Amino acid sequence: MKNINYCVIEGKSAGFYGGIAVSVFFILLGLFAAYNMEHHGHVITGMNNQIVWGMPHVFAIFLILSASGVLNVASISSVFRKIFYHPLARLSALLAITLLIGGLSVLVLDLGHPDRLVVAMTSYNLKSIFSWNMFLYNGFLLICVIYLWFMMERRMQRYYPTVGLIAFIWRLILTTGTGSIFGFLVAREAYHTAIMAPLFIALSLSLGLAVFLIVLIIDCWEKQCPLGQGILHRPKTLLGVFIGAVFYFVLAYHSSHLYFTGRHGVEYFILAGGGIYTVLFWGGYIFLGTILPLLLLYHERFSKSCASIAAASVLTIVGGFALLYVIIIGGQAYPLEIFPGMEVTSSSFFDKGIHAYTPSGWEILLGISGIAIAALLTVLALRILPFMPCSLADIDIEPQFKD
Amino acid sequence: MNEEISPTQNRRDFLKTTAVVAGMTVAPGVLLYGVSRAHHADGAVTSDVRWGMLIDTTKCSEGCDKCVSACATEHGLTEDVRPDIAAQWIRKVGVRDKQTGKEYSLPLLCQHCEHPPCVDVCPTGASFKRADGIVLVDKHICIGCRYCMMACPYKARSFIHETLENQKPYSPRGKGTVESCTLCVHRVDNEQQPACVEACNKVGHKAMLFGDLKDPNSDISKKLKEVRSTALRPDLRLNPGVRYQGL
Repeated sequence: MKNINYCVIEGKSAGFYGGIAVSVFFILLGLFAAYNMEHHGHVITGMNNQIVWGMPHVFAIFLILSASGVLNVASISSVFRKIFYHPLARLSALLAITLLIGGLSVLVLDLGHPDRLVVAMTSYNLKSIFSWNMFLYNGFLLICVIYLWFMMERRMQRYYPTVGLIAFIWRLILTTGTGSIFGFLVAREAYHTAIMAPLFIALSLSLGLAVFLIVLIIDCWEKQCPLGQGILHRPKTLLGVFIGAVFYFVLAYHSSHLYFTGRHGVEYFILAGGGIYTVLFWGGYIFLGTILPLLLLYHERFSKSCASIAAASVLTIVGGFALLYVIIIGGQAYPLEIFPGMEVTSSSFFDKGIHAYTPSGWEILLGISGIAIAALLTVLALRILPFMPCSLADIDIEPQFKD
Repeated sequence: MNEEISPTQNRRDFLKTTAVVAGMTVAPGVLLYGVSRAHHADGAVTSDVRWGMLIDTTKCSEGCDKCVSACATEHGLTEDVRPDIAAQWIRKVGVRDKQTGKEYSLPLLCQHCEHPPCVDVCPTGASFKRADGIVLVDKHICIGCRYCMMACPYKARSFIHETLENQKPYSPRGKGTVESCTLCVHRVDNEQQPACVEACNKVGHKAMLFGDLKDPNSDISKKLKEVRSTALRPDLRLNPGVRYQGL
């Protein structure tokens, strides 16, 4: 194993304390929102008996997907033996842990009974994909901790590739599980398809790498450590490939639905007549989240600059978030087809027409607190243990870690 | 002034007292025996029966919602909340055939599937199916994740968004949990009909027939052999306990 010097962040800058203060502020706001949702009930949210999963779920799934995707940087290093990525592997595994904790916190705090978490951890229905996910998420956290330990402990480094392989396979299963939460829902036309699993895997790869690049840029900016163009160039190219992969699965998803006559209704709703969902799909996901970042990453005029890579990463996140909103909320907004071949003329339970949903401030605060939890844990971890190379300048990295 | 107490009177009093004491001792036992027989949910539920319902859409009147109001009264679904978060265990739905234009009016409730998706997806096992086919929610271990609501093809479940008051002791409900039609399990265990069925019969429509689908001699089994009936979303092959005639 080649020598790389890892450092903790100094923790004396305004950026460090500012970051902690902002994170704590949003965590407190999120906890206040969760307390109100618990005290008054979900009546204070925009969710109802039609849209049963709302904004907190979009945030939670965004964070969970990012968590599994961000580990990809470490996997490339240990599984695919691209040594170039090795210096970044520790940060990758750390972010996988913190993002997952952030996402799961939001999911738990949104429950009707978060106080019954112990029930959820002790009473399992093994036919439920949710139950599988509890094992998968907890197992993922454990594997990432062991992975980090083996990376950081010299004596254990010979086992490091094996753990890396286990972590890689585990994260693929985990994201398959997350996608299958929707893919297994036979009742809803927008969800019932096996492509949800690979679509979520591709989305996790693009979101994870985008989050990773942003954290890397922020961290280097905060530490004022040199960040070479070389260290950004390869992940940048990979980000473009992942964005393309997500687009491929989205294309396959919609084209197969358009082929099924029975699903024309829901496709028309999402792609043409769905109001906010249509706008988010075309404007948010396709334009902001796919076309623009690909331009920034591949067009000669932009592709060399660090700012354009940062912008492309932010846009990838915006687009991925928009896509998740369309999938999760849009899929519920389209009414269930309980009576095939018939149209509902009257119902007291909103069986007729598109279901309305406006996220409340409480939901958004709870969701943001998940990001804040991940950010706070990351900053504290970076302060306590050396997860980051002291320098990521081309001169320090390239000669040692050229493939 | 000594009063003479005759041996006959004394014996009569003794017998009277004995009878009263004996009666007071035995009566609660007899009553409890009756109650314990009624509530065989405590252990006597078997798969020898499967409770089901046949709804005759040709008899269901468009303007009538007696089944809905009977359910609300029976289970205390009377909270005054926003319509989009109000719990509805049974609802009246009007539908029109897109090809023929024929219109139907029917009650829609939990279909008590043989293979209920809500039970499959529930992470804690709070959604469960009794041996006699009634699908219920254990309010003590429901964590309020609402995955069952995402999975139900009939939109039969409601989430309780606010604190509830005036609950019925036989029909526990609670904020932060999911609920749906219990097929009036407290009445069925007491050899009574569900409240909606009783109300429908009371107004004379007799559009809802309740009974044991496994008993070949039950009214519902005989009727199902006679008439053409269908399940909602038969393509999903969930084998619901509720079937519709004339749809």
